[in-house]
Amino acid sequence: MLFDIVDVNSSPSLSDPWWKVFYDFSSLTHKIDSSLHNAMSQFWTTIAEMLIIGVLILLFYALIGLFLVYAERKVCAFMQNRLGPNRVGPFGIFQTIADLFKLLFKELIPIKNADSFLFNLAPFIVIIASFMAIAAIPFAKGLHAIDLNIGVLYVIAVSAMGVIGVLLAGWSSNNKYSLIGAMRSGAQIVSYELSVGLSIITIVILAGSMQLSEIVEAQRTGWFIFKGHIPAFIAFIVFLVSSTAETNRGPFDLAEAESELTAGYHTEYSGIKFAFFFLAEYINMFIVASIAATVFLGGWMPFNVGHWDGFNHVMDFVPPFVWYIGKTFFVIFIMMWFKWTFPRLRIDQLLTLEWKYLLPINLVNVLIMAFLVLMGWHF
Amino acid sequence: MRSIIDYLKEIILGVWSLLKGMKVTGSYFFRPGTIITQKYPNNRKDLVMFDRFKGEVVMPHNEKNEHKCTGCGICEINCPNGSIEIISKSILTEDGKKKRAIDKHIYRLSMCTFCALCVKTCPSNALAFSQEFEHAVFNRALLIKTLNKPGSQLMKGVE
Repeated sequence: MLFDIVDVNSSPSLSDPWWKVFYDFSSLTHKIDSSLHNAMSQFWTTIAEMLIIGVLILLFYALIGLFLVYAERKVCAFMQNRLGPNRVGPFGIFQTIADLFKLLFKELIPIKNADSFLFNLAPFIVIIASFMAIAAIPFAKGLHAIDLNIGVLYVIAVSAMGVIGVLLAGWSSNNKYSLIGAMRSGAQIVSYELSVGLSIITIVILAGSMQLSEIVEAQRTGWFIFKGHIPAFIAFIVFLVSSTAETNRGPFDLAEAESELTAGYHTEYSGIKFAFFFLAEYINMFIVASIAATVFLGGWMPFNVGHWDGFNHVMDFVPPFVWYIGKTFFVIFIMMWFKWTFPRLRIDQLLTLEWKYLLPINLVNVLIMAFLVLMGWHF
Repeated sequence: MRSIIDYLKEIILGVWSLLKGMKVTGSYFFRPGTIITQKYPNNRKDLVMFDRFKGEVVMPHNEKNEHKCTGCGICEINCPNGSIEIISKSILTEDGKKKRAIDKHIYRLSMCTFCALCVKTCPSNALAFSQEFEHAVFNRALLIKTLNKPGSQLMKGVE
């Protein structure tokens, strides 16, 4: 049932060689769907498919979280002329797994005079918000849990929900640092969500659709960052800046500002609850990067240039999943580069950047893009 | 119009300065040769400390087992922690005179802060710093060292 929503255009035959599945997952998903359908009723099929997708996303979530923490530490270290983790396993690749076990075994400290219900609820809201967003992201052809016709709107709306968890965490901790951090995060997300939305609207004008699968499909002849040249590039830069701010990272990590607020909204959390916040931060970064990759850099579409058929064949040979992951990690690398280069902004500088610079640029940019599309000046 | 040009100029200059910063960190990232971290326990065989490193106080001896310490006690007076203790003796020189000489130069590494006052104030440059830095031992008594080697003598020409 759920799999049926995925990819309606082509249904490759089952006689294709097995490795074809890496280029088009729809045959595999159709096969699973039909075999489940034969075994049980409609209702239970849907439930089973939901469970399978849930478990798969959970696994993916944990793996990506662990890998991103490791990657961040390594990138940070190399940018500061250090080596980074290099003791646990070759090149320290098992360092984050060891850290995870440490966090799992740590005590969950109860806080005096804290609102214990909200205190325990907050990490789950943060996690669930990022979980919901990851469901609508197209990983590869046919590997798309749910393809909403307002996918872009859905992803932005849901990923911004995490701030509720942050605010709850700050409020319920009964700690001034937590509260200040949470309020800063609130102010930050309310203002930067505007820029994220507007920069994506620029591309929605060009694509003529908000459905993520259609946006990807429209980039078969060229990625939007090339198709929409100048305004698309400006929109990409604005998106990078504002999404970095939205995920409370990089030079915009006022919400946790170690030097001023100890750890901001998760000061009072310990053990696995702290790990949830930590993980959610990295998954949010992954989600934001994959939106950037999908909307601006062509999602899982290979890099094709006009009539260079030989070049295009080589590029098509790389599986779409690899393209998707490669682009996403490229964007993540740029965001890490931001984080480890720039000093943290003050709160007034942060709001000045948004309201006096990014927002006017964005509004003019939307106008330019609309004009380009009207005149047909894009590729 | 003027203000719009200033506004655009500000944005472009701002982005330019940010790119300059990213160039620095990016160049470090793509050149792993710039990493300065030492993988210490793995490279202890060929690890060379730099010349000015203050490892521990030593008394250099030449090949004839001679040192330059006259036993004057200036290092003992100057040490802020009292980690140096000079035990002197009197010896007879060749022409039959009594002379003060060093018996034991006791140096307590556990009390030393490596301030280098003893090395700097020594009138005959008898003391120096070695580059040895692995000081951990299992017995505290091993940190009390006698700097002059057994049977050593004062170098000729040092008063």
